[in-house]
Amino acid sequence: MTTIPDLKPMPQSERTRSPQELKIQREQRRGAIIRYVVLTAFGLLMLYPLIWLVGASFKTNEEIFSSAAFWPKDPTIQGYIDGWQTSTPYTFARFFMNSLYIVIPKMLGTAFSSVIVAYGFARFDFPGKKILFGILIATLLLPDVVTRIPQYLLFRELGWLDTYLPLFVPQWFALEAFFVFMLIQFMRSIPRDMEEAARVDGANTFQVLWYVVVPMLMPAIISVCLFQFMWTMNDFLGPLIYISSVENYPVSLALKLSIDTTEAFNWNQILAMTVLALAPSLIVFFIAQKYFIEGISTGGVKG
Amino acid sequence: MGGDSKFLGIAYVSPYIIGLCLFTAFPFLASLYLSFTDYDLLSTPEWVGLDNYERLFTRDRTFSKSLNVTLLYVFMTVPLKLAFALLVAVVLNYKLKAIGFFRTAYYVPSVLGGSIAIAVLWRYIFAEAGLVNMGLTAIGMEPVNWFGDPQNALFTLTLLRCWQFGSAMVIFLAALQSVDKSLYEASSIDGAGKWQQFRYITVPLITPVIFFNLIMQTVQAFQEFNGPYIITNGGPLKSTYLLPLYIYDKAFKSFDMGYASAIAWVLFVIIMVLTLIAFWSSKKWVYYAGDKRS
Repeated sequence: MTTIPDLKPMPQSERTRSPQELKIQREQRRGAIIRYVVLTAFGLLMLYPLIWLVGASFKTNEEIFSSAAFWPKDPTIQGYIDGWQTSTPYTFARFFMNSLYIVIPKMLGTAFSSVIVAYGFARFDFPGKKILFGILIATLLLPDVVTRIPQYLLFRELGWLDTYLPLFVPQWFALEAFFVFMLIQFMRSIPRDMEEAARVDGANTFQVLWYVVVPMLMPAIISVCLFQFMWTMNDFLGPLIYISSVENYPVSLALKLSIDTTEAFNWNQILAMTVLALAPSLIVFFIAQKYFIEGISTGGVKG
Repeated sequence: MGGDSKFLGIAYVSPYIIGLCLFTAFPFLASLYLSFTDYDLLSTPEWVGLDNYERLFTRDRTFSKSLNVTLLYVFMTVPLKLAFALLVAVVLNYKLKAIGFFRTAYYVPSVLGGSIAIAVLWRYIFAEAGLVNMGLTAIGMEPVNWFGDPQNALFTLTLLRCWQFGSAMVIFLAALQSVDKSLYEASSIDGAGKWQQFRYITVPLITPVIFFNLIMQTVQAFQEFNGPYIITNGGPLKSTYLLPLYIYDKAFKSFDMGYASAIAWVLFVIIMVLTLIAFWSSKKWVYYAGDKRS
């Protein structure tokens, strides 16, 4: 992680300033104003598609492709009502539950296994450690595309097709190198005094991990969970390959299904369900971002 | 920690070793083997030597088209996205009170960007009567056929990727904020302008991060799937038929596992060669400070 930038305005001395200094100050202020204007305009332009999406989901089908405005002329929640019902025997409630059945075991398994493995790398020496660490870094760059087909064949052999197991079981083995690497970096920046003290007091290494390291590592663990949550909610190819029956569809597949079945006429249903599909990630992002930043500043983690 | 730590260390990393063997190393080698076979899931894989590769490079028109499209996509997307990310990071790297707010706002598309919900949204806003064309008409410009025209479709997918510049930007911003401010002060006393400072101080000092972003973004761009699958489904006229789509179709629609593995390996080798070139050339252009705190 990087050091927290100093965002406070520079302390201003009370002595009278020279014309030169005043000029620089004026220029700085003008620069700041220009930056604010550019950043705001650009940010609005960038986020407008998302803002428009929310408005459009309350529009009638006729209005969606006739107005670029955010605010609907006659707001209706018909899109949400019809979209939620879907053209299948199930409602979106089912698909959200299905997504949860994938996300929860994947998130917990990732956090748990990544912490344990990172602890092994950060705090112990063992033969072959350097090579294994090199492999870990190399797998950061290994494209999934090259392992996907045999993985499919393996899970097919195990009879796991059309279950959620292929989507989360590999993550129980700390296979997301990015997380392990991040946790190792965090652990290296934590001073070891407390761990050594706990060892002297008779705690075993696992107790040290659980009672000393994990609490200090909490901000990093939360960000692992956060990332994994987002990635899993966004994952489409995994479910597309492994999940075949509609009753097991997660949100991403269900959304694709509603495009295929209703798009020709009911755009507002699709947009409404798109809003709902994005909502969990957005909500978690805004809540956890605050927690994450607080965690970093209160924990004083710095490196 | 203690004398028994050798075994303890191995015990702690053992989940990774098991997972690595089962879900990475074995599939990695198996797909290499499969690429030399003909395998349709019904019978056992049949060894065919280099046949798959020969077919790919001499007879398969779809493959050469798809390879071209993929390379074009990657070489358009990565530089554009990184330039964008760096530009915004530079503007943002200033004593602004609202820096956190802007950082979050610009990061949002990256958080959501890979999801199919965003791909759906993209379909709508770039539709013929969609939001973007309404905007263009409003300012007196001709509407553009974003996805219907093979000339434009790939570029429109590139825009979707560039829109998600947030994660690269956050990394750039962190690097920019760690650049020693006294360097700027010293150089401005020597009469250096803003551009010269950027060119000769900022860029050299953040080359490690440029390098990191370059590699990660390239590896990702080569694997783009959701956007083209949802938005254009490879069309029109296969102008957005990226290799991951071709692999998916071969493997999971026609169950031609051997052939699909061969395409996957070609893609893998391309990514690996480009990564190695980047690593090799990095000695010449990436600046590593001897001591970060100096």
